[in-house]
Amino acid sequence: MYPAQFEYHTPGTVKEALELLGRHKDDAKLLAGGHSLLPAMKLRLAQPKHLVDLRKVAGLSGIKEDAATLVIGAMTTHYQVESSPVVKSKCPMLAAVAAQIGDPMVRNMGTIGGSLAHADPAADYPAAIIALGAEMVAEGPKGKRTIKADDFFKGLLTTALAEDELLTEVRVPAMAGRTGAAYMKFPHPASRFAVVGVAAVLTVDGGKVGKASVAVTGAGTKAVRAKGVEAAITGKAADAASIQAAAEKAAEGVDVQADLQGTVEYKSHLVRVFAKRAMEAAAAAVK
Amino acid sequence: MKKTVSMTINGAPQSHEVEPRLLLVHYIREQAGLTGTHVGCDTSQCGACTVHVNGVAVKSCTLLSVQCDGAQVLTIEGLAKDGKLHPIQDAFWEKHGLQCGFCTPGMIMSAHQMLQRNPRPTEAQIRHDLEGNLCRCTGYHNIVKAIQYAAEKMAGK
Amino acid sequence: MATARVLGASIKRREDPRFITGKGNYTDDLKLAGLTHAVFVRSPHANAKIRKIDTARASKAPGVVAIFTGKDMTGVNSLPCGWLLPELKIPPHMPLASDAARYVGDPVAIVIAESQSAASDAAEMVAVDWEVLPSVTSTEKASAKGSPQIHEVAPGNVAFNWAIGDAAATEAAFKAAPVTVKKRIVNQRLVANAIEPRACVARYDDSTGDWTLWVTSQNPHVHRLLMTAFVLGIPEHKVRVIAPDVGGGFGSKIFLYNEETVCTWATRQIKRPIRWTSSRREAFQTDAHGRDHVTDAEIAVSRDGKFLGLRVKTTANLGAYLSTFAPAVPTYLYATLLNGVYEWPAIHAEVTGVFTNTTPVDAYRGAGRPEACYLLERMVDAAAAALKMDAADIRKKNFIPKFSDGYQTKVALSYDSGNYLGAFDKLLGMLDYKKFRTDQAAARAQGRLMGIGFSTYIEACSIAPSKVVGSLGAQAGLWESGKVQVHPTGKVSVFTGSHSHGQGHETTMAQIVADSLGIPMDDVEIVHGDTGRVPFGMGTYGSRSASVGGTAIVMSLDKIKEKGKKIAAHLLEANPKDMEYVGGQFVVKGSPQKAIPFGQVALTAYVPHNYPDGVEPGLEETSFYDPSNFCFPFGAHACVVEVDPDTGHVKILRYLAVDDVGNVINPMIVDGMVHGGIAQGVAQALWEEAVYDGASGQLVSGSMMDYTLPKADMLPFYETGRTETPTLVNPLGVKGAGETGTIASTPAVVNAVVDALSGLGVDHIDAMPLTPERVWKTVQAAKSRK
Repeated sequence: MYPAQFEYHTPGTVKEALELLGRHKDDAKLLAGGHSLLPAMKLRLAQPKHLVDLRKVAGLSGIKEDAATLVIGAMTTHYQVESSPVVKSKCPMLAAVAAQIGDPMVRNMGTIGGSLAHADPAADYPAAIIALGAEMVAEGPKGKRTIKADDFFKGLLTTALAEDELLTEVRVPAMAGRTGAAYMKFPHPASRFAVVGVAAVLTVDGGKVGKASVAVTGAGTKAVRAKGVEAAITGKAADAASIQAAAEKAAEGVDVQADLQGTVEYKSHLVRVFAKRAMEAAAAAVK
Repeated sequence: MKKTVSMTINGAPQSHEVEPRLLLVHYIREQAGLTGTHVGCDTSQCGACTVHVNGVAVKSCTLLSVQCDGAQVLTIEGLAKDGKLHPIQDAFWEKHGLQCGFCTPGMIMSAHQMLQRNPRPTEAQIRHDLEGNLCRCTGYHNIVKAIQYAAEKMAGK
Repeated sequence: MATARVLGASIKRREDPRFITGKGNYTDDLKLAGLTHAVFVRSPHANAKIRKIDTARASKAPGVVAIFTGKDMTGVNSLPCGWLLPELKIPPHMPLASDAARYVGDPVAIVIAESQSAASDAAEMVAVDWEVLPSVTSTEKASAKGSPQIHEVAPGNVAFNWAIGDAAATEAAFKAAPVTVKKRIVNQRLVANAIEPRACVARYDDSTGDWTLWVTSQNPHVHRLLMTAFVLGIPEHKVRVIAPDVGGGFGSKIFLYNEETVCTWATRQIKRPIRWTSSRREAFQTDAHGRDHVTDAEIAVSRDGKFLGLRVKTTANLGAYLSTFAPAVPTYLYATLLNGVYEWPAIHAEVTGVFTNTTPVDAYRGAGRPEACYLLERMVDAAAAALKMDAADIRKKNFIPKFSDGYQTKVALSYDSGNYLGAFDKLLGMLDYKKFRTDQAAARAQGRLMGIGFSTYIEACSIAPSKVVGSLGAQAGLWESGKVQVHPTGKVSVFTGSHSHGQGHETTMAQIVADSLGIPMDDVEIVHGDTGRVPFGMGTYGSRSASVGGTAIVMSLDKIKEKGKKIAAHLLEANPKDMEYVGGQFVVKGSPQKAIPFGQVALTAYVPHNYPDGVEPGLEETSFYDPSNFCFPFGAHACVVEVDPDTGHVKILRYLAVDDVGNVINPMIVDGMVHGGIAQGVAQALWEEAVYDGASGQLVSGSMMDYTLPKADMLPFYETGRTETPTLVNPLGVKGAGETGTIASTPAVVNAVVDALSGLGVDHIDAMPLTPERVWKTVQAAKSRK
């Protein structure tokens, strides 16, 4: 399995990377961790003429705290996220999500920016960053812009990033008080992608859900917010009955796709089951 | 078109002119002539190609050699020191953690990182951390036993 | 020099040092001067006529050495089928298809280039003008009206109709039976997935006219014979086939495949060595698949649970062509095992083999026996459910009583020795069965779905004798060779015709030799896998290496000792009849001080100055062992599962196995084989399936991302036990350990899941694998019935 020929570039700055993107347009692909792109290139499903490796681009990797926000460079690996003391303390769910991606070797190479920009419908991060209300920072020839997670995933393998833009960082709000979060996943037994994954962030005060943020990945063509669930649980008691009732709405608005892992009926059911489990775990994690 | 790619493999410097599309595993096997690192799949599932690059375990089939220019690479051939087996190699032998031997180099390199990060893993942690390595012969029973045994030996020294 | 016996000891494997240090010697590791690299152009369609293959553009691509299509291979014959059945339809199976492609992956051209990447690039430029035709991949639809006709010679896509047993007696038994249970049983298609992909390196030496083929083979001599004599028409003695370290086979590396045949032909055309290594995607598409039966099964029982009859109608999918031993698998290796470990008044089985537009199907670990065991054990549980009997009780009621000198079954076989109740009782003891049922009831009260499944099995290995299998259609003998070469220093090289690709023969066979000769294991070298060094042998499959290959070695050792006695007697001025061989010495019976060590006899044989008349110099013997019967390992397995009712996910809580493989040479190795077999059988029950898209004929679970091989976190530690009932068939008393785990485990798991759901009224799930969705839907359907 050998990729087709390409020209290899290693820009040292974001500006240089953007110039290469601008020059080669459709013919260029950005290489981050490469764990989606390289397998596709080996099978010759992707045959970019120019490969722009971001590993030498300064400033794209690492995790910082900016007030109440975690700023995660796009080239930060899943392992860096899963093992980061800052992430574990300020947003433990994100570390837990990262720890469930692929396998240890994949997590050593795969990056948060690469995963999000690739927008695999069965990826784990998308549900988490929607539920957490994260923001993506993109840089293009016209400068920087910020894209809300809710607006980022446009469809199958498609994001709001323009062709000439580069995702540079992900900004994740630290967990607020009285808030718990959890990601529950039904993994594909072979690939370990999410057949269904649900991320839930619940703020509970006096036993009632003040704010709920729930998102679903895996089942449809893209990760989406489960608005019906959020509406149904907000203001209700954070108990099993309310959670069960709200979870019934989890598949609404998800364009569930049938595949080898299940029919639409079954996968819709799994979305409901994992919405329930994620909310139960989130409620239990409230501190 | 071709690029000169230099790296250190098991302490020995390597430098070869290669096509950018050359995968690290083929650089290791064909250019450096170290055939202990194997290719068992084409979708990054089997883990037979696992090596360490700059201290972390990676699947060398999912990495271009040009990405590793300047890197320190450790393969299965570099694990034994001065003719003495690494405790994990020894444990795989002692506990019959291999049959056909094809997945074994990747299994050992993966276990090596596992024990670096978590020197006393539970059985469940060992099984979970082997998520990226497939073995078709052993049913994993003796691989898990071998890693448990290696962990004990390494903690004891 | 009293040391513990090496035979029967868990001795660490001698092959391991090279594997754990990365010094294994696999086919793809080989480097040769002038090596070229091959890539095959394959059909992307399940059924398509080839109008034209245009290689002009590809031929001009950088680095291309040569491109050949089927039309270039003049004088080359079809790949052979090595097992014939009455009226078997044998369609041509050309190494490169030139008229039509009949499954996705069917090779149509070989591109040979200076590098693997150049060959890959050029292969993309080969333009094939396809006329795409409708295809059929489904086992059940193969012979349906309107299904496309795949081969002219096989109307209705039927390759054979075959039957065994007594139809009339079975019919009568069912008529008279108070209770009958009928179930549909689907045994899905699997892909062997040895982690080392198939590979070959073919080299033709123009100056001598010699070929060397390194190939991932379980049986290099068979590879050579079939390829030279039947396909390429080149002289067998000018071809050396080497199977070096081979990374697992599980059956899939028995067969003669298109790729090594084409490379062997092509190396002579280009006069340079050629290497081909399969990608995993190609492996999924072209390694012979396994299983793929659809069966209607009926069992007749008395009200108190005695078996009265078994009736089976199976359709077996053979794929697009007949692979090397394909016809034997769903017939003689399947239906002859339907007697199991039980007493039956009557059995009848009919099998129809069909062609489809799928990868050819052949032996995969167990080969026919897992299909038989699965069917039988599922039907036994279904009968127990119908009678509301305990699954353990119904088995105990029907076991063949303990025997040591033969038992004639209702389906041709005569078992060697068995103690089926003994193994089952041992299992029940390990399990604490009564306690489990209490725990299960408590769990059920809390809404938890726990279940236990049993599987008591019979396995048939070391299939033989040649005369009998020949009468059944085998086109080969099923003996094995073993040559023992004693060097002048008393060191020993042993050449076995069987092949090790994970089984550890270099260790176990050395144990046999060291034990027999009373010499250190370090003095014994085991050589295998090279037609240039080893006498013709049949290779490794069907768990035969210890029982057949080992016995051939024992026979040669006996001859060595007999000759040694003559030499030693001469040196001691004794009568050879008075000599015995004890502890590494030739000793005069009753006079232990009159002894000559083995090494001295060896030296004397090569320096025959003081030497008996009429005895040839040298000390080297070769034997060919053709067993008088099969060997029949048996045992009892149990699996404990919990089903998540919300998702249908099955978790294995415990897995227990009691296996009786006869005498054991190396318990550590036998346990390892059992573990691996269990994992594969469990995986059939729960995860693995080659899925074809009915409309396009594409293999949609054709990668390790989609086809679920078991991982470490999906399996538990296995609790293994053993009983030892030696066989009288061979002098070692060994039966065979390679496949028992695979055969036994699949029904144990499925029976456990059905048991877990039995409280909901479930008594059967007709298809595997038991994916979460299948289990969940079964639960939903059962709840809606209630």
